[in-house]
Amino acid sequence: MTEGVDLNKDPESIQTIVATDCGSTTTKAILIEKHDGHYRLVNRGEAPTTVEAPFEDVTRGVLNAVAEVEDLTGRQFIRDDKIVYPREGETGTDLYVSTSSAGGGLQMMVAGVVKEMTAESAQRAALGAGAIVMDVIASNDRRQPYQRIRLIRNLRPDMILLSGGIDGGTTTHVAELAELIAAADPRPRLGMAYSLPVIYAGNVDAREIVKDRLDAKSSLTVTENLRPVLERENLQPARLRIQDLFLEHVMKHAPGYSNLLEWTAVPIMPTPAAVGSIMQLIAREEEIDVVGVDIGGATTDVFSVFGEVFNRTVSANLGMSYSVSNVLAEATVPSILRWVPFDVEEADLRNRIKNKMIRPTTIPQALEELMIEQAIAREALRLAFIQHKLLAVGLKGVQQERTISDTFEQTESGATLVNMMDLDILVGSGGVLSHAPRRVQAAFMLIDGFYPEGITQLAVDSIFMMPQLGVLAQVHPKAAMEVFHKDCLIKLGTCVAPVGVSKTGDQCIDITLEMPDGKTEKRSVKFGEMAVIPLDVDAKAKAVINPARKFDVGAGRGKEIHTEIIGGVVGVIIDARGRPLILPTDRGERVRMLTEWNKALDVYPENRESTEV
Amino acid sequence: MAHAYSPGLRVARQTKIRKERRLPLRGEVLAAVGDRVQAEAVVARTELPGNVQTINVANKLSILPEDIERHMLAKPGDWVDEGEILAQSRSFFGLFKSHCKMPVGGTIESVSEITGQVIIREVAIPVEVNAYVDGDVVEVFEDEGVLVETEGTFVQGIFGIGGEAVGTLEVVADNGSEVLSPDVITPSHKDKIILGGSLVTMDSLKRATEVGVRGIIVGGMGDSDLRTILGYDLGVAITGSEDIGLSLIVTEGFGEMTMAKRTFDLLASRRGMKASISGATQIRAGVIRPEVVIPLDRVAGEDQEKARRDAPSTGLVVGSSVRVIRVPYFGRIGKVTDLPPELQKLGSEAMVRVLGVEFEDGAHAVVPRANVELIEE
Repeated sequence: MTEGVDLNKDPESIQTIVATDCGSTTTKAILIEKHDGHYRLVNRGEAPTTVEAPFEDVTRGVLNAVAEVEDLTGRQFIRDDKIVYPREGETGTDLYVSTSSAGGGLQMMVAGVVKEMTAESAQRAALGAGAIVMDVIASNDRRQPYQRIRLIRNLRPDMILLSGGIDGGTTTHVAELAELIAAADPRPRLGMAYSLPVIYAGNVDAREIVKDRLDAKSSLTVTENLRPVLERENLQPARLRIQDLFLEHVMKHAPGYSNLLEWTAVPIMPTPAAVGSIMQLIAREEEIDVVGVDIGGATTDVFSVFGEVFNRTVSANLGMSYSVSNVLAEATVPSILRWVPFDVEEADLRNRIKNKMIRPTTIPQALEELMIEQAIAREALRLAFIQHKLLAVGLKGVQQERTISDTFEQTESGATLVNMMDLDILVGSGGVLSHAPRRVQAAFMLIDGFYPEGITQLAVDSIFMMPQLGVLAQVHPKAAMEVFHKDCLIKLGTCVAPVGVSKTGDQCIDITLEMPDGKTEKRSVKFGEMAVIPLDVDAKAKAVINPARKFDVGAGRGKEIHTEIIGGVVGVIIDARGRPLILPTDRGERVRMLTEWNKALDVYPENRESTEV
Repeated sequence: MAHAYSPGLRVARQTKIRKERRLPLRGEVLAAVGDRVQAEAVVARTELPGNVQTINVANKLSILPEDIERHMLAKPGDWVDEGEILAQSRSFFGLFKSHCKMPVGGTIESVSEITGQVIIREVAIPVEVNAYVDGDVVEVFEDEGVLVETEGTFVQGIFGIGGEAVGTLEVVADNGSEVLSPDVITPSHKDKIILGGSLVTMDSLKRATEVGVRGIIVGGMGDSDLRTILGYDLGVAITGSEDIGLSLIVTEGFGEMTMAKRTFDLLASRRGMKASISGATQIRAGVIRPEVVIPLDRVAGEDQEKARRDAPSTGLVVGSSVRVIRVPYFGRIGKVTDLPPELQKLGSEAMVRVLGVEFEDGAHAVVPRANVELIEE
């Protein structure tokens, strides 16, 4: 890390900030400047990430993205292939920070004694630290020891987190797991020369046993037990160790990172950890329940905060470029086609998706291509959210007290903490959402991917800069928050979605809005329809919502609600397609419905064939 | 100058090619600097540690784990054959014996007094690495492998399946737009690498496998056929270990895709020469693209092109040769005429940076910068 401005002494002296996010596909740079005492986003640039040949150096992509900012602003930030830091007059920047998920991010295996207890806690610790969990090994995972050994050997994780046993409990199973890891003699993914980092965060009584078995065969670190007693998790120490080791071992062996580490003012943060911190900030500031998503090229991260309990999951192989073909494999062709509002042959769709996979940095030029990408995004979001709901269960967060009976009940029932009717805001980030040509497209993708119920606000990251703001918030919270509110978070509006189903054309919902200018907007929407009422960003309307007998918007079936609804760039979206949402199976009928909905919300331009630039 | 551009795939008439040939684990290197090696020659060898089996001896003998050592008949490091007695216990003054036999032959790796578990390592698995291309050994990585250097034609594909293959290159299409028909694949193509046109069909693949073709180089393939060959939907583009009987290299993409004229003509001009190909593709960090290497005799008079590493690309500039890599102009080649810095609106309404391009037939178009690749020599 470079010596620069002393942030502890005078954060106000910071005038210029450059922040980058090295994604798996693109590296994004943003420029923030202080004007009249306030920090604002000035410009952004992006360039393909360069961990691949011929460059094999992530800093090249960083310089290219920053050079785009130079082109757009006419300012100089780079000299001799380095970011000029600290600033020299008009040249360079006062602060440079970065996040990264390039190189496949942090890929971990976790191990614990009981799959539903310590192993699940270990999984949450790893996910919360921004890792992709490649596999979970547990004494009761019903695999043979040799199968576990083969897995460890073949998957070649960047790091292993070993937990197991409450303090004072059994040491035998922990010893067994340590023996398996030692027998596998795992090699790290990057670099032949260094030994694989293993973190032990289990029963304190087994520390020596683990050391005996793993010290010679790995780079072993011991930290506090992440499940010291059955009814309490203590995930933070393990998470911090994971992030330290990510920087010390993994990043240093990724192409060019050692150089990038020297440039940044604070350690490079894994992208998901940075986005996670921003999501938690939203929940804390507004005291609301939040679901957030960051849909990237290789992975899709889902974050949720319900009742102050934070959860993050990553769907390692759901994404819009490198992993786009895996969305097809997991969702299947019919599931993607059901969102495409025109006829397309399966073979054609398959080839288009594979061509995106092999040329991941390309973007849709024609409207039809955009529609197909947005159809795929809906499925990626839907699948990632299903995975999230499966893991956001039971014991969550640090220092949360529960009784033993709660513990058993939660893990066995798998009751998810995610309650869509309680959800206050759904926030989207990632290229396909942030760069959707019309904001209503992002809103529609979020609705179709997450199926919000009742009354839910929708927002999107304006230009995909939550990762950079997440890391900036670690050193300069004021700048990060100002830019977040003024330039990053675009409020799309509010979705009103009654839960229930009926026959198409049946009465579904009546809504009356008393607008800020005193006028009244009334709308009656039938089942199977969508509608939008414009309401400006941050404008508030008094709403009376009357669901029909079979429908619930939060107060119970057929129960009227009086509430306040907040506007956004799209307005108030009334989604009367029902929950669960069932699309027509007949191809012609489905295309007709999709076209109708798109028209009602003005989602796409009229001329689909247009290929003009 | 523009900074955001995709480097293109290489299509080089004659260039210096270096191939690292490394073992997955440390082992023995069999070649020395200065050796001239054939593609098929083994240059390094090692043994992968054998598979590991575990057996819980304490449970089998109904003894306490801490007592395990005095019941063991073999110690760590010993080799024990399959079926031999590994440990035994006596009870009732030695009247009754129970024993534990080796499930497989192997070396005792460890004996645990905490778990009662014995770990057995089976016989090592030999691994050999060949030179892959005809060339000279220019560097030895101690205990790991060698660097083989050659001069020749080098063509990168966009996607491939199957591992490495070496064989004589034969041309079975008249031009890059011809679909590779099964009829043109004959028994004479056994052990050969064949150059097709715009598309390899399922029937052609079957025919090629039947006659024993070692590799196919072609413009495109259908994803549905890929699924049929693999037996599953390929989710993430990491390939190279498929066992489909041959190696396949796709130069353009999925669907019927005319092979770029330059690529086709160059490869066709190497008819009858020995080619080394690899279908291994990894479109992730540390990207690996499939490739064709055709070593050339050094005395042949063609000008040697400088390797790109010696002359770093200058990026995208007016006059650069580019190929469009996404519909609606997919596959078309042209020269950059304009690089406007400001964002422009596409047909999809996205606001992006674009470039102007003049195609080979004189037509003009505007395309997103993200949708072209530089043509690398």
